[in-house]
Amino acid sequence: MAERYNIHSQIEHLQSKYIGTGHADSTQWEWVTNHHRDSYASYVGHHDLLSYFSVIENESKARIKFNYMEKMLQPCGPPPERPEE
Amino acid sequence: MAAPTTHEDIENQVRELQEKRRAVNVTRDDEGNARIAMGESGYYDKDIYGGSSKANYGGYVDSIAANDDIDDDEDEHFAPQLGKKVQYTAPLNQLSDLSREERDHDPLAGRRIPKVIDKEDDYRKRRLNQQLSPSRYDPFAGDKTPDVRSERRSYADILRDNQLKAREYDLKQQMIEKAKEGTLKATNGDIVSKPKKRIGRWDQPSDADGTPAAKKTSWDEAATPHVARWDETPARLKSGAETPSQKMWDSTPGPMTPGGETPGHTTTPSARRNRWDETPRAGAETPAQSGWAETPRADRGSDSIQDTPSAQQAKRRSRWDETPAMTPQTGAVTPGMTPSMTPGAMTPSGLGAGQHTPGTFTPTGAPGVYTPMGLTPSGQTPSGSKAMGMATPTPGHLVSMTPEQMQAFNWQREIDERNGPLTDEELDAKFPPGYKILAPPAGYIPIRTPGRKLTATPTPFLGGTPSGFKMQTPDQKTTMVDLQPKGQNLPMMKPDDMQYFDKLLVDVDEDNLPPEEAKERKIMKLLLKVKNGTPPMRKSALRQLTDKAREFGAGPLFNQILPLLMSPTLEDQERHLLVKVIDRVLYKLDDLVRPYVHKILVVIEPLLIDEDYYARVEGREIISNLAKAAGLATMISTMRPDIDNMDEYVRNTTARAFAVVASALGIPALLPFLKAVCRSKKSWQARHTGIKIIQQIAILMGCAVLPHLRSLVDIIEHGLVDEQQKVRTITALALAALAEAATPYGIESFDAVLKPLWKGIRQHRGKGLAAFLKAIGYLIPLMDAEYANYYTREVMLILIREFQSPDEEMKKIVLKVVKQCCATDGVEAQYIKEEILPPFFKHFWNQRMALDRRNYRQLVDTTVEIGMKVGASELVSRIVDDLKDESEQYRRMVMETIDKTLSTLGASDIDSRLEEQLIDGILYAFQEQTSAGDADNAVMLNGFGTVVVALGRRVKPYLPQICGTILWRLNNKAAKVRQQAADLIGRIAVVMKTCEEEKLMGHLGVVLYEYLGEEYPEVLGSIIAALKAIVNVIGMSRMTPPIKDLLPRLTPILKNRHEKVQENCIDLVGRIADRGAEFVSAREWMRICFELLELLKAHKKAIRRATVNTFGYIAKAIGPHDVLGTLLNNLKVQERQNRVCTTVAIAIVAETCSPFTVLPALMNEYRVRELNVQNGVLKALSFMFEYVGEMGKDYIYAVAPLFEDALMDRDLVHRQTAMFAVQHLALGVAGLGCEDALQHLINYVWPNILESSPHVVQAFMGCVDGFRLSLGPARVLNYTLSGLFHPARKVRHVYWKVYNSVYIGAQDALVAAYPRIPGFSRHELDYML
Repeated sequence: MAERYNIHSQIEHLQSKYIGTGHADSTQWEWVTNHHRDSYASYVGHHDLLSYFSVIENESKARIKFNYMEKMLQPCGPPPERPEE
Repeated sequence: MAAPTTHEDIENQVRELQEKRRAVNVTRDDEGNARIAMGESGYYDKDIYGGSSKANYGGYVDSIAANDDIDDDEDEHFAPQLGKKVQYTAPLNQLSDLSREERDHDPLAGRRIPKVIDKEDDYRKRRLNQQLSPSRYDPFAGDKTPDVRSERRSYADILRDNQLKAREYDLKQQMIEKAKEGTLKATNGDIVSKPKKRIGRWDQPSDADGTPAAKKTSWDEAATPHVARWDETPARLKSGAETPSQKMWDSTPGPMTPGGETPGHTTTPSARRNRWDETPRAGAETPAQSGWAETPRADRGSDSIQDTPSAQQAKRRSRWDETPAMTPQTGAVTPGMTPSMTPGAMTPSGLGAGQHTPGTFTPTGAPGVYTPMGLTPSGQTPSGSKAMGMATPTPGHLVSMTPEQMQAFNWQREIDERNGPLTDEELDAKFPPGYKILAPPAGYIPIRTPGRKLTATPTPFLGGTPSGFKMQTPDQKTTMVDLQPKGQNLPMMKPDDMQYFDKLLVDVDEDNLPPEEAKERKIMKLLLKVKNGTPPMRKSALRQLTDKAREFGAGPLFNQILPLLMSPTLEDQERHLLVKVIDRVLYKLDDLVRPYVHKILVVIEPLLIDEDYYARVEGREIISNLAKAAGLATMISTMRPDIDNMDEYVRNTTARAFAVVASALGIPALLPFLKAVCRSKKSWQARHTGIKIIQQIAILMGCAVLPHLRSLVDIIEHGLVDEQQKVRTITALALAALAEAATPYGIESFDAVLKPLWKGIRQHRGKGLAAFLKAIGYLIPLMDAEYANYYTREVMLILIREFQSPDEEMKKIVLKVVKQCCATDGVEAQYIKEEILPPFFKHFWNQRMALDRRNYRQLVDTTVEIGMKVGASELVSRIVDDLKDESEQYRRMVMETIDKTLSTLGASDIDSRLEEQLIDGILYAFQEQTSAGDADNAVMLNGFGTVVVALGRRVKPYLPQICGTILWRLNNKAAKVRQQAADLIGRIAVVMKTCEEEKLMGHLGVVLYEYLGEEYPEVLGSIIAALKAIVNVIGMSRMTPPIKDLLPRLTPILKNRHEKVQENCIDLVGRIADRGAEFVSAREWMRICFELLELLKAHKKAIRRATVNTFGYIAKAIGPHDVLGTLLNNLKVQERQNRVCTTVAIAIVAETCSPFTVLPALMNEYRVRELNVQNGVLKALSFMFEYVGEMGKDYIYAVAPLFEDALMDRDLVHRQTAMFAVQHLALGVAGLGCEDALQHLINYVWPNILESSPHVVQAFMGCVDGFRLSLGPARVLNYTLSGLFHPARKVRHVYWKVYNSVYIGAQDALVAAYPRIPGFSRHELDYML
């Protein structure tokens, strides 16, 4: 059958190559970590947001940017222990 | 004792003989090894040969070593296989006979899966001469691999070998030289000690390439007395039996057979008689029982045997001999005697020694009955397959057969069955009643002895050997060997696979195997799965091989894979799979492959010169991976010895492989090595190969050579003045390749070689000159204008001289170089006109050049290129007269050149005189064409069209004449001619319009209209296309015949099933519907609508598309109502494709006439409770919303209830189609403020998330994407959140899929929408200012 080999059969696989996508075995921790990283990336990427945050935190934009970058490393702490494994 | 007559007598005699033999054996057993085991040398009758045979027959080697080295010579062509595999081969002579036989006739040629070897020419087949060399010592391994220096060959060993081979080659050359002079003297000593060249075991004997031929000469010359005697049978020397040890074999019995053949005996006087042929020989040869299995004593000692001319006396018993043909002569042999007719390998129990070979035939059994031992697939019973002469195809032997033999055997069996005598029952069935069976004449004795029967009907088995026993076994089917490997879930073997995978046929307990064997077995299983298995099987096996590659180890893996790849019966697909295995394994093994690099190269290098592009790419990939895995040092040290190999084939493939290595590891890494090789003082072959490597690098890497161009040129520069002609030639070719790769840069790198090149063209002749010219041809385009001009003038002298060269190759190169020279800026038109054109046309523009396809092409290209410089009129005026040449092929070449020139340059500089000549010429050429080929016709047609179009208005005076020709040809008897004429109208219609010849066109239109009754569909299609062209240029209103007459004439033609007719007709009808619908009544259009429905079934997409568009035009012309009615009715038909096209048509009608004209009727139709109709409606809506895009916002509230209903339907396809429609709707209305309706619809769509049918899943995902765009990702995200961490895995899976799709589509937008998770809050979002 032709359908078996069209793009739709592979779309899942293609998407799974991107960081931030998940699968049935993803944990909440992974998911939330991705939220945070995406969020920080978004803050840093949107100039207006960055200005807004810098005003509120009373820091320079570069500092804020730096802080957010730093926070991207394990924003939700280390991965939880998995007792079952 | 008289000859035994009764059964008892025979039994007694046999028993007696056995007793005697046993007694003999007992005495022998004392000596230790009295039985002659398989593979041992035999001995001779001492009485006949004398106690010390050395004394009398010193010149002979008195032992027939079945397995000794000396024997190798005779099997020159099938040098031993690797390792133990050797014992599984069938008798090689039969193999060779067979392959010869097959070449003669192959009844199944058409139905065979292509094998690699079938496609190969002689040169490529030389890969089979290569040998899988033993593994090599890896000096770079360090501590990683254990030191195995003792077992593996080191670099020094290989170099020594190479030198030996080179010396051998030299000596052979000298011998040939001497032989030519007649001074060659050979002695027996020489014969034995003659250095033998071992060739890969796969070689076929008929490959008569250099070496054997050389040998033949020398041996023919060196006719020693013994040989001379054997020359009596002249067939021998011819039939490939010229290998030296042959004589050894034959000469042994020689002295004892003064007569050779007993006169009067019914030998088959086969021209192909060689020593393998089992001609039934007379008893005179009895003592010549050279078979090692014979016991001479028993032979001589038993009086009874001498008295009875029984089998072993009657026949010449070499071990090669197994013809039972003699037995009938004695007249006394009953089937009970058969054992003595067994092949020499089976120790003939008739001689009394029989009992010691368990595999032998049971003496009392019917012929051909074998003991169970014979069933052991590996054939390792004492009756082993080494017994070359065995012809009895017992299963055990089947194993040892090569594929060809197996095929032949099967074939033979089938023939035997068919040709077998008819039984009485069969005859009864065949004859009508009324026949009666007559008694045989009184004196008639039927031939009951099977052996005689055989000679009576000499059906050739395995190349003319009447093989006895299988004809007598009626149940041969049961003797077929089981090809199903034991064990779990293995694919079937092909007969060809036997020799590699036979171990799998034995069921063994794998737990008890020693680890090595278990591993081997495991690999074998996996390989078999990869080779023959189903795709899933193959996949898993491939993965296992990859995963466990390091565990298995390089040695065991490659020792099995590589011989498989050398197999002559390999198919394309199998080769691909095995190569893939190597690729994967390589990656895993990494540096462990080092000792096997050469083996792998031997197998893979031939891929580099394969004719199949993908095979070449595959080969490159493997070698490149190999280079990366093994490292540069290993690659160089492995391939270095092959660089000056005596065999050109090896050097060629090695050069290519080196180029791949260079591209894998980078050119700079290889440069020092190449430098050294190209300067090698030792042999010109090394220099030649080195330069060839650089040529191949240039070809392979293209412009990537640019950074290293100077160093590469420097390395080969000196080759231009090498003492060897071949080196100079290849250097020039390498420079050409480098220049081609570097175009248009890098001329400065070639500075150093310019002078020697230009000097070279003055010094060289022939092939060398061609190469130099080629290099110059590629260098000139690199130069700037001034230099190019200067150098062109220099080289042109030579080129013009070579214009008259008769050599085809030279001609092509000269043409190419002229083209390149003329294309450069610096060369002026004036110069070309004066210097080049006259000789060019004189020597090239003749009929002979048109005959060869490649010359033709090259000449046209070059001439057109020159035309670019000198202008169209200069060129055309020179060849225009040739349009009237008598050779059609030549006229065609002229026409094509004019076509190409005028289509690029136009006809502006063609004066009126030339114009006249030109028209005259093309008309002549057009009228005079005779050949029927489509391509040939196209040349004339295109040429004519191009000339007319190029001349434009100027063609007006000639149009009546042209139209006259066309009209005349339209009336021609030949369909091709009519078709071509109609096609020509299509080409020149535009020009006729420019010339304001509307009257003429009208006339043509009428004529074409009259020809619409044409019966050849090809012609009819062209006629309609011509009409279309005319209608297009003169418009609907002025068309003659008027549209109202034309269209009704076209309506029935729409029924025509021919694609060309359909396509052109629907195009024309569509055109009329689009531009001139008002000329035809609405009723006619409705009629056409019905016809069009049929066209929706067409296979060609273009036709269906044109049809659907035509519906749109018609609907626009006569209003959608009637058309829609027709279409909606058509939704009820059964055929799916028809319905699909109808829905498309409805959608198009809706698009052209606005949806509101269609939607009410369509939605009304949905109320019909019929699945097909409802589905059709939904599908039409889907297409409609796709086409109308954002216009959908006006209708979304109207259709929402319909979708509501559809999305709640029980039928899966219903919901699926509705989802597609919703998807298009949602996409169309994105951003247009219809969120309320969409929100409503998503609630109906969402429950389908857990559907598993792929189409529904696809529809759902598309729908979600639509909603993501129109509703926003946050809304969709909220739907997904409920299932992301659902306890059921299946639910999680699909929800994550949706989530991923939303995430990929709108990652940034989701940041604002993620839920707040306690403990991990993103507090920045709470900031307030």
